Amino acid sequence: MEYGLIYLILAGVFGLFMAWGIGANDVANAMATSVGSRVLTIKQAVLVAAVFEFAGAVLAGGEVTSTIRSGIIDSGLLVDQPDMLVFGMLAALLAAGTWLLLASAMGWPVSTTHSIIGAIVGFAIAGIGWNAVKWPMIGTIAMSWVISPLLAGVVAYLIFRSVQMLILDRRDPFTNARRYVPIYIFFAGFVISLMTMLKGLKHIGLDLTTTESYALAFAIGTVLGISGKLIINRIPVDPRLDREFHFANVERIFGVLMIVTACAMAFAHGSNDVANAIGPVAAVVSVVQSGGEVASRSPLALWVLMLGAVGIVLGLLMLGHRVIATVGKEITQLTPSRGFACELAAASTVVLASGTGLPVSTTHTLVGAVLGVGLARGIAALNLSVVRSIFMSWIITLPAGGILAIVFFQILLMIFG
Amino acid sequence: MISKSYFSGIFGHSPIKPLQEHITKAVECAEQLVPLFEAVAKADFEAVEAVQQQASKLEDEADTMKKELRMHLPRTLFLPVDRRDLLELLRLQDNIANTAKDVCGLVLGRQMTLPDDLVEPFMGYVQRSVDAARQAKKTVEELDELVETGFRGSEIDVVHDMLDELDRIEKDTDNIQIRLRRTLRKQEKDLPPVDVMFLYKIIELVGKLADIAQRVGSRLQMMLAK
Repeated sequence: MEYGLIYLILAGVFGLFMAWGIGANDVANAMATSVGSRVLTIKQAVLVAAVFEFAGAVLAGGEVTSTIRSGIIDSGLLVDQPDMLVFGMLAALLAAGTWLLLASAMGWPVSTTHSIIGAIVGFAIAGIGWNAVKWPMIGTIAMSWVISPLLAGVVAYLIFRSVQMLILDRRDPFTNARRYVPIYIFFAGFVISLMTMLKGLKHIGLDLTTTESYALAFAIGTVLGISGKLIINRIPVDPRLDREFHFANVERIFGVLMIVTACAMAFAHGSNDVANAIGPVAAVVSVVQSGGEVASRSPLALWVLMLGAVGIVLGLLMLGHRVIATVGKEITQLTPSRGFACELAAASTVVLASGTGLPVSTTHTLVGAVLGVGLARGIAALNLSVVRSIFMSWIITLPAGGILAIVFFQILLMIFG
Repeated sequence: MISKSYFSGIFGHSPIKPLQEHITKAVECAEQLVPLFEAVAKADFEAVEAVQQQASKLEDEADTMKKELRMHLPRTLFLPVDRRDLLELLRLQDNIANTAKDVCGLVLGRQMTLPDDLVEPFMGYVQRSVDAARQAKKTVEELDELVETGFRGSEIDVVHDMLDELDRIEKDTDNIQIRLRRTLRKQEKDLPPVDVMFLYKIIELVGKLADIAQRVGSRLQMMLAK
């Protein structure tokens, strides 16, 4: 390839910038819940997000990255023109980034995931042809966009109902919270680590059997549960707090649980959203490294995942903390008892999707979870007009991303072609 | 790249706190009835006027709060309680303030006097009626806890106990009202007829206050059973 190195550098820069944007903007939605309920300070939230976004991206980000790299476009049609695939992926990155900048400036509920998929599909249709898109895969992805908020909603509803039955609706919610919250902590640790391990950790040299995965996940859950129990036991009842609002002490216990689910949420976000930035990069890298061979089955390079993870953390450290603070101030209704239910439901759903290689929107999934708790009569007021605008954004983002991708594709073609 | 996140947009303005602030204001207005009739008993009409001014001001403030809250209840808002129940509760709460203000206005306008032997039972009657309003406020203040528990479980029992107490207080006012009327009937021949008519009217209005307070409670009870 004539410009192989230039392509690589461009892809790296665009991908890093996209990841930076995800870290600056997107992470806030996942973390603000914990800040809004005052479980974590901004500094702690940034630290948790940095560690677990990184872990999620590197440990569990591979499947979705593969989907975006090679699951959407039928690259068999591009065997003779490897440059086209490179241009297309670069254009998709530029298009998604531009669309996201515009959307966040306007306050539209646009998802990073939808933008990048829309951009890649748009390029494929315009640059190669209708047949170049693997439509069954697109169908599955589109289904997952509807299913993930629904699933998270149902799970959040069930989790919150169980919290009501076991703790909140009992005569002595404080004692019951002390008893049951460690079990929820165990459950959160077990589910997230199990789903991550079942999907496979071979790429970091950890090859576990199914039984080993279950055992290790059980161990992780137990350690978390016991540590949680020890911390909870040291929380004293402060009767002054309960004078105004009788559940203030109970909420403090849920706060411990919410630290765990906040980590899970950051992990889930990293595992799914890193691919939006580096999926196209991975595609470019595999074409260039194989010397122009399009259908290369080379495994995903770990450094590409690292690049995305570093980008997210950089964005988070540079701007993310301010966005988290802003968003957190507006989310005060989600007290820890419901915030954890939302986070656990959304994180499980997203990690499940990550394991299956499905790119879903973390924020839309979280919105689904919030509505689920709302249906259990757990939240004082929800603004359903946001749901309508999310639907609208689904319809608009795909063509918008596509059209922008075509424009950038033509520009790149003029420069290098 | 910083902008308002659409995620936080999903959370609407909670009507609970404003609703509680509204009933606090309305009950404060109702509480003016105690100093009002104390002044009446002393035939101190300057004091009566001062109380009436104060009640009128409180009622105005409650009215503004009511309108403000209504503006923040669009149909797209998803609430744990029926929106119509909430608006009806608000209307009833506002009625507490309205009734109290009406009583103050009538008493001042007609320079009401109380026959000496009526003063004591009448003051007890007013006090009990104001108690009903206070109890209604207490139940509305449980709304945060109800939201926290998702309108289920033992918190429901707590609220039911409060509502039972409200019913008892209202029943009390009914009984006192019957006794008051009986006492008044015995001496109505010796009093100026218009004064008597007026007294009956005021007795009725003070009773209505307790009645509305009870209806606030009933509306809250309907919210529990969505």
